[in-house]
Amino acid sequence: MGAYLKKRGWMIGFILLAVVFPFLSQNDYFLHVLTLAFIWMIAVYGLNLLAGYTGYLSLAHAGFFAIGAYALGLLTVKAGLNYWIALVLACVITSAIGFVVGLVALRTREHFFAIYTLCVGYIIYLVIDKWDSLTGGVRGLIGIPAPTAIGPISFETPLSQYYLILFFLLATILIMYRIIHSLTGRTFIAIRNSEDLAQTIGISTMKNKLLVFVLSTFFAGLAGALYASFIRFIGPDIGYITIIFDFLTYLLVGGLGTLAGPIVGTFLIVSVSQSLQFLQDYRMLIFGPLLTILIIFYPRGIAGAYLDFRMKRQARKKKSVPSKQTSYVQQSQEDEEKRVKEG
Amino acid sequence: MDILTQQLFNGLTIGSVYSLVALGLTLVYGILHIPNFAHGALYMLGAYITLTLMLLWGIHYWIAMAVSVLVVGLLGVLMDRLVFHPLRNAPPIHDKIAAIGMLLFLEAFAQLIWGADYRTMTTPYGQVINLFGTTATMQRVLINIGAIAVMILLYLFLKKTYIGATIIAMAQNREGAHLVGINTNKVAMLTFMISGGLAAIAASLSAPINLVFPGMGHLVILKAFVIIILGGMGSIPGAILGGYILGFTESLGATYISNDYKDLIAFLLLVIILSIRPKGLFSREGF
Repeated sequence: MGAYLKKRGWMIGFILLAVVFPFLSQNDYFLHVLTLAFIWMIAVYGLNLLAGYTGYLSLAHAGFFAIGAYALGLLTVKAGLNYWIALVLACVITSAIGFVVGLVALRTREHFFAIYTLCVGYIIYLVIDKWDSLTGGVRGLIGIPAPTAIGPISFETPLSQYYLILFFLLATILIMYRIIHSLTGRTFIAIRNSEDLAQTIGISTMKNKLLVFVLSTFFAGLAGALYASFIRFIGPDIGYITIIFDFLTYLLVGGLGTLAGPIVGTFLIVSVSQSLQFLQDYRMLIFGPLLTILIIFYPRGIAGAYLDFRMKRQARKKKSVPSKQTSYVQQSQEDEEKRVKEG
Repeated sequence: MDILTQQLFNGLTIGSVYSLVALGLTLVYGILHIPNFAHGALYMLGAYITLTLMLLWGIHYWIAMAVSVLVVGLLGVLMDRLVFHPLRNAPPIHDKIAAIGMLLFLEAFAQLIWGADYRTMTTPYGQVINLFGTTATMQRVLINIGAIAVMILLYLFLKKTYIGATIIAMAQNREGAHLVGINTNKVAMLTFMISGGLAAIAASLSAPINLVFPGMGHLVILKAFVIIILGGMGSIPGAILGGYILGFTESLGATYISNDYKDLIAFLLLVIILSIRPKGLFSREGF
């Protein structure tokens, strides 16, 4: 247990901090910003699984985010369904569309995949924008209800919404942790490292890629649905390509293919953006070059740089103790294993 | 019948612009295998620079365009040296993200300097002329003539000059070109220069019939990607042909199918092509 605590210390710390935060600050504005950041984190985790662990850069995720949001909005506002049923259905619909898109998109590779998904994302945006009778077009969709109460727990106040979304975020992280440390997760990493090799050793790459794509769109859809019920108004803008660029920035600053990356990156960028409010539309003047510089010098972001630093330190420590020389080979194997696990 | 010829002419005009943008994109892809997402931003800057020179100093349209070509071309070279050159050995996902970073920066930069307003560019060639029974502004005719002239010049440059041959050599085989003594870094810079210049020409030519705003490159660059996939990544005739195919499809689709969804046509075309041929229609290496 002690070792576990040490290993996952940052995670426990984050959970504790997130849980007690509302008691430390009574400021509703901070609570709002943080809740929104949690929603982005869920979507970024979805993107991370695909881009970070499997190596497929999907630029359609803003579209899937929008599909989740619109599915929930339409099901509750126009069909009058119960919120929770609508939430489940929104995730199912997004995953189903993700399945169909993935079936075709995953036949392409590398640049073709990025361009293909970029176009799919744009098609989704255009359809939402132009299909006036269903989605309300540029006017958007107003009056999406807040989550309905489960028994005695209601979700009307900002505080209760904060905890609800925190719950979903923690569930997402737990699922991600379980996926990445399972055989399936290893398979994804194998595909990222070399798809041909993975195929040679008997991995059905298409099946696995499809699985990861559907999972990834599921989380994008979940984030979108939560966004719709949190903001309670959605417009076609949430499907525009700028949103996917935001996700990418969060993911890259935090660390592509690391478990902590989405939290670190999203939290950092969102809080920096808040203090740079006066810049508004010009914030990309800073984040654009930042993205480029990071990818050149620290391609694995903050979390990745930290992991590298720790691994180097450990390696140095081991070298300086000659008595442990015998177990060095075994140690380095463990190191290698850890490196693979952590991406 | 009248509408048809009118729309065919429109398609030709749009197609010319698309072809020019796609040519720049395909050149860079052929040499460096980078899908340069920032190309749309270069296109947008080209239009803004021409517009500013014309408005601020009253410089003549053609001279303004020449300056714009030079500036945007140099910007392309700068981008190569600062961003893509350091990333030449990185995994392909990194180039794409770096290019997106550049795109975001350049767009925010344009918004900072010129504001988010939609602007119109006046042209000295606004008069309406009659051409084979269809009416068109002189500017539209100019777009067609200009684009075709640039394409012919580019073709002659690549096929008939020594420097052009080095570009083709590098596109065919980077290591091989290096072995026979071609300075691949210089060729890469030159390619970015040409690519940026082509974007600036396309933007300056088409700006008077469209609007100038920071996000004007988005749709154009997306469609340029559709075109180079249609014509084969890195293929020059493919980019030209693809550009005209898309131009005609769009203008006819807007008239006979739906004006609202005309932008969808290009993307649907791409989705269908990639569904059937995951590596593009005419995939091959080199030109």
